[in-house]
Amino acid sequence: MDRREMEISRREFFQKAALSGTLLFIIGPKVKDSVAQVTESGETITHHYAMGIQVDKCIGCGRCVNGCKIENNVPREPFFYRTWIERYVITVDGDVVVDSPDGGISGFPETKEKDAILRSFFIPKLCNHCANPPCVQVCPVGATFSTEEGVVLVDKDYCIGCRYCIQACPYGARFLNPETKTADKCTFCYHRLAKGLVPACVEVCPTRARIFGEIGVRSSQLTRFMRFNELQVLKPDLNTEPRVFYANLDGAVK
Amino acid sequence: MDIIRKIWNALPFPDQTKRLLIIFVFFITGWLVVRHHLVPPTFGQRGYYRAAAVDSIAALPISFVGQSQCVECHVDEGAVKTASYHRDVSCEVCHGPGAKHLDDPSANSLLPAKERTLCTVCHSYTASKPTGFPQIEPLTHNPADPCIKCHNPHDPKPPTTPSACGACHGEIARTKSVSHHASLECTFCHQTQELHKISPRAAIPGKPANRDFCGGCHSRSADSPKEIPRVDMDSHGDGHLCWQCHYPHYPEAL
Ligand code: HEC
Ligand code: HEC
Ligand code: HEC
Ligand code: HEC
Ligand code: HEC
Ligand code: HEC
Ligand code: HEC
Ligand code: HEC
Repeated sequence: MDRREMEISRREFFQKAALSGTLLFIIGPKVKDSVAQVTESGETITHHYAMGIQVDKCIGCGRCVNGCKIENNVPREPFFYRTWIERYVITVDGDVVVDSPDGGISGFPETKEKDAILRSFFIPKLCNHCANPPCVQVCPVGATFSTEEGVVLVDKDYCIGCRYCIQACPYGARFLNPETKTADKCTFCYHRLAKGLVPACVEVCPTRARIFGEIGVRSSQLTRFMRFNELQVLKPDLNTEPRVFYANLDGAVK
Repeated sequence: MDIIRKIWNALPFPDQTKRLLIIFVFFITGWLVVRHHLVPPTFGQRGYYRAAAVDSIAALPISFVGQSQCVECHVDEGAVKTASYHRDVSCEVCHGPGAKHLDDPSANSLLPAKERTLCTVCHSYTASKPTGFPQIEPLTHNPADPCIKCHNPHDPKPPTTPSACGACHGEIARTKSVSHHASLECTFCHQTQELHKISPRAAIPGKPANRDFCGGCHSRSADSPKEIPRVDMDSHGDGHLCWQCHYPHYPEAL
């Protein structure tokens, strides 16, 4: 090919650059507009929900597990939880024993490893509403997804019950609902958020171990929690970017 | 037929391409029809999912209405509770979800059972609960009576000031009771005002400040019972604080 054909004069280059710049300037904001969500009343949704968990406040009473099941019609029998509590017992020999009798729904009995405990505590768990959700990636039909607010939801009318997402979740937060035969999990009580309420587990927590709010809203409890605590997330090495943040998380927790 | 043949002949492609085109048109139309039926109406409006699913999840009914609703009608209970130990314990934790009660208060009573388990789910002792959380041993703490006979559930302050530090520091008390320091009173090492037992954070107890405190019993020259093991205060522990190596509530010679 003749080299000259490829070359453009400096003048031409600037003309084209100016033109495309102008075009981008005109189109740019338009593109953005079409992505942002506008509600019926005309306000723009800018929520970015997240939860904070103060591990040293949790008393393992299981009111959250119970409240969640009631609020979300989760089957009462064991093995189906949208949120549950794990008890960690670290013995003086360095063994880590984790138990969660019935998800902690009726509290916890006294530990058996009584005389050899080094330390022990409760860890509330739930869907982490990852910004990078592996479950969403594997869904073959688009029945699970992140909303604009960062909440990961399941479309139960569209889910085919293939269980891929249950396998993909590194936190074990999903289960197959035995009634609907579809994937099920925590929604951050999306239906409550829509009505201006906090999730049921947060409402019933007696010690404020759970804090709910929006990231980036200045005066919220969550922002204060995030500013004044050293935050950890579960399995950070998986790069899922969870939106459930833990304070005072012990290194033994997985 | 003639017209079709004319058009067929007029098309400027070879015959076999024309036949191929027909098959193409057939398949593409077929695909479009199938796609139209399989892809739900609102799919893809906001992302790779059914936009209608978000709205149907948001529209689900709630069960827990939140404490702020209850206190609008039950002003007295609300006022009593906000000034009590139970200020962070939401009404519906004990009374159950209130949505139905709000619809018709008299038809849907929320009076909770008077059983002790209502309270012990939070207050029974386990070693895993955080320091300072008030705990009792249900088997020995006034087992004959319902809790609310002595404690007003909306303002549960104990009828008398607790005599034992272990009422709130159960784990420490239990640990110490099986340690070499079992015979030492808590108050020997912690100067405690009576107010601490009523309002813990208003009067924080003192703690031993230096090595000499322990030396009072353990130094070679100490005037203490001779069965107490002695250490050379000048060299032992390299001048570090004793409790950097020995847990004071369960001291071990390692
Ligand atoms: C719209 C006002 C209203 C609200 C809101 C309300 N209540 Fe009531 N509640 C009443 C009335 C009226 C009664 C008396 C009903 C009766 O005696 O038949 C009552 C009775 C009660 C009783 C006593 C029932 C009995 O049999 O003595 C309890 C407990 C109670 N409410 C708890 C709650 C809780 C918890 C909430 C929040 C979830 C709540 N209420 C919200 C109006 C309300
Ligand atoms: C720690 C658990 C607990 C919490 C939290 C609680 N209650 Fe109660 N409440 C009870 C119990 C137990 C009774 C039954 C008392 C009885 O039978 O004498 C009761 C009774 C009542 C009654 C009946 C009238 C009475 O005083 O006997 C009302 C009304 C009531 N509660 C409203 C509320 C409201 C409103 C809140 C929230 C501001 C609330 N309760 C929070 C445990 C609780
Ligand atoms: C959902 C959990 C929960 C339930 C159920 C509950 N409490 Fe409490 N209770 C708490 C919390 C949280 C505190 C405050 C502890 C603190 O101040 O650190 C508390 C404080 C107390 C205290 C004050 C202890 C002190 O520090 O002197 C007493 C007494 C008490 N509760 C009795 C009861 C009784 C009686 C019941 C049943 C009617 C009950 N609680 C039900 C969570 C609960
Ligand atoms: C016969 C009356 C009586 C009954 C019944 C009773 N308590 Fe107590 N409770 C007391 C007294 C008195 C104290 C304070 C003295 C002490 O520590 O024993 C107390 C202390 C407590 C404390 C310790 C917190 C603190 O500050 O000492 C808790 C928690 C508590 N009670 C909860 C309960 C629960 C839960 C029940 C029901 C399972 C219950 N109580 C039943 C009289 C009672
Ligand atoms: C009514 C419950 C209660 C009783 C009874 C109680 N404490 Fe406490 N104590 C607490 C709480 C809650 C804290 C945590 C305060 C905080 O972290 O701000 C605490 C903290 C402490 C601390 C730590 C202070 C610090 O600087 O971290 C000491 C030491 C202590 N208590 C000693 C005692 C002794 C000794 C007794 C008995 C004479 C006693 N407590 C009785 C509730 C109680
Ligand atoms: C031999 C002296 C000694 C005795 C007896 C003792 N403590 Fe302590 N305690 C200490 C020392 C020293 C510390 C500070 C440890 C540190 O800062 O790491 C401490 C810390 C504490 C703390 C705060 C840190 C923590 O572990 O949570 C509490 C609460 C506490 N003691 C309560 C008690 C209670 C309750 C008793 C009685 C059952 C008791 N102590 C008996 C020496 C003692
Ligand atoms: C009032 C006196 C007294 C004070 C003050 C005291 N101790 Fe002791 N200590 C004892 C007694 C009594 C024993 C048990 C001796 C025995 O086993 O017969 C003991 C035992 C020990 C032991 C040996 C445990 C073993 O395994 O043999 C250690 C370590 C110890 N104390 C550390 C401390 C530390 C650290 C402090 C300061 C926070 C302290 N003591 C303050 C009285 C005291
Ligand atoms: C650097 C860590 C360290 C510090 C700091 C330390 N100790 Fe020890 N202590 C030990 C070890 C290790 C042993 C067991 C081996 C030994 O006897 O030296 C021990 C043993 C003891 C014993 C038991 C001795 C026996 O004969 O059974 C006593 C009592 C004791 N320490 C008291 C203290 C007192 C009091 C202090 C503060 C003045 C203190 N220790 C500070 C590490 C420490």
